Amino acid sequence: MYGNDFAPPEDAPGGGLLGEVEAAEAALREAAARARRGAPAPDEDVEAYFTDVIDADQKIEPRDWMPEAYRKTLIRQIAQHAHSEIIGMQPEGNWISRAPSLKRKAILLAKVQDEAGHGLYLYAAAETLGISRDELVDLLLDGRQKYSSIFNYPTLTWADVGAIGWLVDGAAIVNQVPLCRCSYGPYARAMIRVCKEESFHQRQGYEILHTLAHGTEAQKAMAQDAVDRWWYPSLAMFGPPDGDSTHSAQSMAWKIKRFSNDELRQRFVDMCVGQAEVLGLRIPDPDLRWNEERQAYDYTQPDYAELMRVIKGNGPCNRERMTHRQRAHADGAWVREAAAAYAAKRAERKAVAA
Amino acid sequence: MTGQSSPLWEVFVRARRGLSHTHVGSLHAPDAELALRNARDLYTRRQEGVSIWVVPASAITASSPDEKDAFFDPAADKVYRHPTFYEVPDGVSHL
Amino acid sequence: MTTVFDFTLGLGDDALIAAQRLGEWTTRAPEMEEDIALANIALDQLGAARLLLTYAGELEGAGRDEDALAYLRDDREFRNCLLVELPNGDFAVTVAKLFFLAAWQLPLYTALAGCADERLAAIGAKARKESAYHLDHASLWMRRLGDGTDESHRRAQDAVDQVWPYVHELFVAAPAAPVDPATLRADVDATVAAVLDEATLTRPETGWTPGGGRDGLHTEHLSYLLAEMQVLHRAHPGATW
Repeated sequence: MYGNDFAPPEDAPGGGLLGEVEAAEAALREAAARARRGAPAPDEDVEAYFTDVIDADQKIEPRDWMPEAYRKTLIRQIAQHAHSEIIGMQPEGNWISRAPSLKRKAILLAKVQDEAGHGLYLYAAAETLGISRDELVDLLLDGRQKYSSIFNYPTLTWADVGAIGWLVDGAAIVNQVPLCRCSYGPYARAMIRVCKEESFHQRQGYEILHTLAHGTEAQKAMAQDAVDRWWYPSLAMFGPPDGDSTHSAQSMAWKIKRFSNDELRQRFVDMCVGQAEVLGLRIPDPDLRWNEERQAYDYTQPDYAELMRVIKGNGPCNRERMTHRQRAHADGAWVREAAAAYAAKRAERKAVAA
Repeated sequence: MTGQSSPLWEVFVRARRGLSHTHVGSLHAPDAELALRNARDLYTRRQEGVSIWVVPASAITASSPDEKDAFFDPAADKVYRHPTFYEVPDGVSHL
Repeated sequence: MTTVFDFTLGLGDDALIAAQRLGEWTTRAPEMEEDIALANIALDQLGAARLLLTYAGELEGAGRDEDALAYLRDDREFRNCLLVELPNGDFAVTVAKLFFLAAWQLPLYTALAGCADERLAAIGAKARKESAYHLDHASLWMRRLGDGTDESHRRAQDAVDQVWPYVHELFVAAPAAPVDPATLRADVDATVAAVLDEATLTRPETGWTPGGGRDGLHTEHLSYLLAEMQVLHRAHPGATW
């Protein structure tokens, strides 16, 4: 999962769902199949070559020349995305031990496991840009790089697992689907894989809420309470409003970003209204209404001051999330050292034998 | 891993009989045995009948910038991993 | 006298409690790759538990499904071995627990795959492949921890010493059961000896041999585990999820 609620307002694209992911994948294959540019000629200007590849909707690959700023922007974005997957395991992981049926327990375990996998795909994509995973993990652990702020909110009831699936994963997918068309090949490919797997996440969340909303009074109240608490933080996942956003035209030109924060947020709201109706749950916004002229819903903006506060480290769970990750890393040090020592001994014995 | 990184491995998977091994991504592991186990868990999520190769990234000599990666579907034995496992009530769109 | 129901329930509880403990590692493993591996093993155990408990419920014929058996029994009604309910401890303790469990589950499920009860045979055939992977994974880590650094060797040996006494309960004879666990001892001992040897670890002398799990007499740990696992389900009697 991944939002746009990081420290420096960043880019985000917009999307539909599985169909758009598949379309992006088809486009990727098609672009690859088109007669394409080979390596630049010896006397060709590499920058012009880079621009050419981008303009032709071809992918930039790891060993290509690229502007330093393009590389840096991608490293930061992919790393923050990877960190978000890893930290994002915690709020939902909180309910694995208490899942109310064995089926739900299995699904949740598989889902949280997927997040770890997504984190690893993304770290691997970032590494193709010339930074090591160790460096990236250190950047997370000492707070120099951020993760999606949404994960600094607590999961207080089982319904929160449903709300995260529906709203948080839903917002993440809206953000992520356009990334499947990102100009950087390894990131685009990782995102196609991630998005395909994530659509199961959103559906399981929706199904949990649907079951609760059609269950006992207590279950229904639990579901409504979760939606009440997760709605605005989910809207904040798209980042600050465009007026305040420093998102660069550069990211657009590089085809890393394709839609503005507000475009994506609007798209998300428009999707959610009908889904909430089917759930029989209320979106906690008295001013939510259809605007015939705009052909979109008018809605109340999230509290961006709160978003900034959470980004700065003062959300309900920032400290717990970081401490948890730091402790897991520190507690595992002796195991990683043992594996490295064993590998070194084996390599040595093999060398001696040879 | 810790301070001194464990090596990077490139992972190649034969998704089905009749296909060749295809590059699917990379991972870190201290040795080949662990790299193979990790590759199985990360890139095939328990799909059976696949064959996996892991190659130390440092052993690869590259000729050109061109690399074509491929994807394969998630494991078939955990149906809940697939979106179609979930009942979507009538009238719900964009899910 | 162990009936097919008792036997199936015991295996189902072993798998369920093992899954619950392994699930506790999620987000805490020593390496992200290992987080995924432990979750995979937990998912396998949980999958086997669901099949076994569902079948146990059918054998009992009292209308209890997998969730009724998992969520609505107290600790004295659970039939799992003590080994699986022990706390996770450090990674070495978890590896030792998994190693001994898998070394036993593999020949058990293999034998079960050939038993006369078709349902159990099918479950055994599926689960034995998973157990082979669990044993492989646990053995791989036993070797690395045992023959890694001084610290990991010390922790691994401590873990083996701590967990070993609980292994004996796995072989309590049940001649009437579809597979008599007593018949698995030689096979398990051979596996254990080979891996510990490679891992430069020693098997402790057999002295204290705690047991009672199959009769519902557990350690103090199980009640806490169940309190957490069952809390939500029990708070909403009759609800569907």
